[in-house]
Amino acid sequence: MSTYPLLSFAIWIPIVAGFSVLATGSDRNAPLARILALFGAIASFLVTIPLWSGFDIANGGMQFVELKSWIPRFNINYHLGVDGISMLFVVLNAFITVIVVAAGWEVVKSKVAQYNAAFLIMSGLMNGIFSSLDGVLFYVFFEASLIPLYLIIGVWGGPNRVYAAFKFFLYTLFGSLLLLLSLMYLFINSGGSFSILEWHKMPIALGPQIWLFLAFLVAFAVKVPMWPVHTWLPDAHVEAPTGGSIVLAAIALKLGAYGFVRFSLPILPDASHELSGLVLAMSLIAVVYIGFVALVQEDMKKLVAYSSIAHMGFVTLGFFMFSPLAVEGALVQMVSHGFVAGAMFFCIGVMYDRVHSRQIADYGGVVNTMPKFAALFMLFSMANAGLPATSGFVGEFMVILAATKFNFWVAFAAATSLIIGAAYTLWMYKRVIFGDVANHHVEELTDINKREFAILGVLAVCTLAMGLYPQPFTEVMHASVTDLLRHIAISKIQ
Amino acid sequence: MFDNFVVPDLLPAAPELFLAAMALAILMIDLLVKDSRRTVTFVLTQLTLVGCALIQFSTSTGEITYTFSNMFVDDLMSDLLKLFLYMTVFVVMSYSRGYIIDRPVMNKGEYYVLALFATLGMMVMISANHFLTVYLGLELLSLSLYAMVAMNRESAVSTEAAMKYFVLGALASGLLLYGMSMIYGATGTLEITAVGERLLGGGVNGTVLVFGLVFLVAGLAFKLGVVPFHMWIPDVYHGAPTSVTLLIGSAPKLAAFAIVMRLLVNGLITQAQDWQGMLIILSVLSMAIGNLAAIAQTNLKRMLAYSAISHMGFMLLGITTGVVSGDARYALNAYSSSMFYVIAYVLMSTASFGVILLMSRAGFEAENLDDFKGLNKRSPWFAGIMLMVMFSMAGVPFFIGFFAKFSVLQAVVAAGYYWLAIVAVLFSLIGAFYYLRVVKLMYFDAPVDETPISAGMDMRFLISVNGLAVAALGIFPQIIMSLCAYALLRSL
Repeated sequence: MSTYPLLSFAIWIPIVAGFSVLATGSDRNAPLARILALFGAIASFLVTIPLWSGFDIANGGMQFVELKSWIPRFNINYHLGVDGISMLFVVLNAFITVIVVAAGWEVVKSKVAQYNAAFLIMSGLMNGIFSSLDGVLFYVFFEASLIPLYLIIGVWGGPNRVYAAFKFFLYTLFGSLLLLLSLMYLFINSGGSFSILEWHKMPIALGPQIWLFLAFLVAFAVKVPMWPVHTWLPDAHVEAPTGGSIVLAAIALKLGAYGFVRFSLPILPDASHELSGLVLAMSLIAVVYIGFVALVQEDMKKLVAYSSIAHMGFVTLGFFMFSPLAVEGALVQMVSHGFVAGAMFFCIGVMYDRVHSRQIADYGGVVNTMPKFAALFMLFSMANAGLPATSGFVGEFMVILAATKFNFWVAFAAATSLIIGAAYTLWMYKRVIFGDVANHHVEELTDINKREFAILGVLAVCTLAMGLYPQPFTEVMHASVTDLLRHIAISKIQ
Repeated sequence: MFDNFVVPDLLPAAPELFLAAMALAILMIDLLVKDSRRTVTFVLTQLTLVGCALIQFSTSTGEITYTFSNMFVDDLMSDLLKLFLYMTVFVVMSYSRGYIIDRPVMNKGEYYVLALFATLGMMVMISANHFLTVYLGLELLSLSLYAMVAMNRESAVSTEAAMKYFVLGALASGLLLYGMSMIYGATGTLEITAVGERLLGGGVNGTVLVFGLVFLVAGLAFKLGVVPFHMWIPDVYHGAPTSVTLLIGSAPKLAAFAIVMRLLVNGLITQAQDWQGMLIILSVLSMAIGNLAAIAQTNLKRMLAYSAISHMGFMLLGITTGVVSGDARYALNAYSSSMFYVIAYVLMSTASFGVILLMSRAGFEAENLDDFKGLNKRSPWFAGIMLMVMFSMAGVPFFIGFFAKFSVLQAVVAAGYYWLAIVAVLFSLIGAFYYLRVVKLMYFDAPVDETPISAGMDMRFLISVNGLAVAALGIFPQIIMSLCAYALLRSL
């Protein structure tokens, strides 16, 4: 165990780096801003490595805990800590931030400093969300992270960016406000504590549990997003710049799912059991129906956005079956989706930078001009479709396996996604990459440069490594998942 | 003949006396100052405010002290509110300076003197323990403000705004006076604490009392600017010269909060059940109309006016939850959350109008929303400041506006008014839309006007401090929160 406040470093180093990047000012200093941002992102990533290397896998509780009084008036504390569930996301987030800064390197040409600063600050805020053990601290990070993403979509986004930015912000704010009221209710009924770990233990009657569960459900379902409150996501993805899409898919979508694990399940176990049918139904609709919706998309980003919703459906499905295999599968799926969806959006970004179109119809025969790219894109498409030996397979397989034990029809519906997922991803791949060279744009394409190759290469290694040898990921979460399930198993009604 | 004359204890009112003396002195000194040397008046005004703050500090005992035959009270709540008042007026005067220098018709000594008299009025309101003292302070404030609104004689809009303000303000004063006279009829006293004692003693004619209470609340609602007594707010905010709007939109909210506390809590707490019900209606209506109407505005001053209405509605929520079915356990929590809200609002409001002043220049008012288009290109720093203020007003963390909303909402939830809390957050969501729109104009749109910002260094510095305070106090809200709680604990 390190004596350094590693979690505070993980939160504040990117934020401080972000503000120093901001201080480089106008685009005349763009090279400096880029270098500073990359340096900040790498430094933030490096400080998160000891979190994993120094993690005690036998301990299911919180580690690297920091506790300081913040607002004594309401007993709000600066209380940080990670368990095996949240630690992975802190590391993943810091890692993705490096990717994002590198992804925007030559592509973003206007307001470079602000662009990189927004991502760095957002990265710090999201680390704050994953490591907060105080309800208000969590909420503050949760909501503050809306600001950078709002600006990223609105300033650097596509033609319809204003609509997308507003929709994103107001949708998610609506969810968070109900979360805020629920936190206050818990504060008052726990006798004045905002500590999430205290709330895990406090008894709550079934009636309030149901109401709180519904409020949490709205807050987190919007964030995940789950059907039927998913409609902001395709808009946000389509309009966001490549970096924005990567962060949105790889990290921001995990916030909602993480909320279920940290709040809904352990604080409201009885309501979770009571209403699990509702969540399972919503998840299965996401998996099956949204999969079909993805099939008919003509815009590549929209297609991947819908596929993200379907994949996140697996995550919520896994959580609400309450078995170790399912919950671990869901968590693996979350991490894997971070790599795969991030890579998919980057691939689309690579093509968009060259052709300035995301329409599938504008492509065809890309393999002829971009063979290296086509090979890597193939790998990520396969991972997206859940091919064995890629990370995409592990999580889905674990969830489906757990589902067969839980209920045959649930498993059946979930398993169809392997077919639908393969259909929409590979069909898109076929139309874009194979065939004859479609037009002069495709003919003039240049293959990926070293920077792009490096980014995709690193993501490919992660995807394969996680697919072939998932144990390093599952072993750290094992004790915490056991702990979580123990909480869920105990009724809180007195 | 003078045997019965006792010299009242002047110490509790020392800042008021100092301010009054200085205001009169400045009025005389200004006669000798040429228009080009108006800085002298400005500096004297600012020194007066600093002097008031120092006197306030040194004379504060922390005890509740009555003087002038119990007409005037000095307690920690009044000390704290007055200190924020001096600070606000100080900042307002600094922001206004560049603006009125560019508009010679306003650059007169009267501008400063009237502002000082308005401040005196607010101080008297804050320390009032008598219906007449309340009225005296209120009229001193209002009359000064009427004149200030009309100061830009060449502007028809300003004159119209001043007329509206005057007529409606006079009506409100009438309502307030009528309510006070009813309560006097019921209780036989004008002294606020004595009213409280009489009511506690019982045997008071309930009909007359409630009748008086209704008028009193209506009068207060006028002064706070909450629906349905809000009609004057948009017109006056819009029509008044921006520097005067800044003054109207900031400091008087502190004083209005104080008289609500004095009249309703100190005086009529036994009738809490009655006035809390009225305040809930006012508050919900204000949040609804304020937030919805703000969306339709194209003029930023008007938009901020409606936003002020909604904020005052939100602030009232705290006051409505002090007494829950006769149980005053939560009173301190509730009232101090409202006090924190008012202070936070004043801080944000000065910053937002300050940015409008910053962008205005001779012959140009930067008051339309479109004037903010592309501000991020013209001045990333001030766009950043405005961004923080807008998100703060929308109640997004890490800014003080979030903790203001937070503290009021937790009081509402603690009192068990869940539906009220849900209504409040839903309207905050609607409110977020128009604040976001300002951010959208500044960041997502291209500038229409490329003129560089011409404000002086002092203004730039102060507004930066003001903006950063919105963020810094959002990260460390504890200081002001606990000050409010402590002050009320020692004053109630």
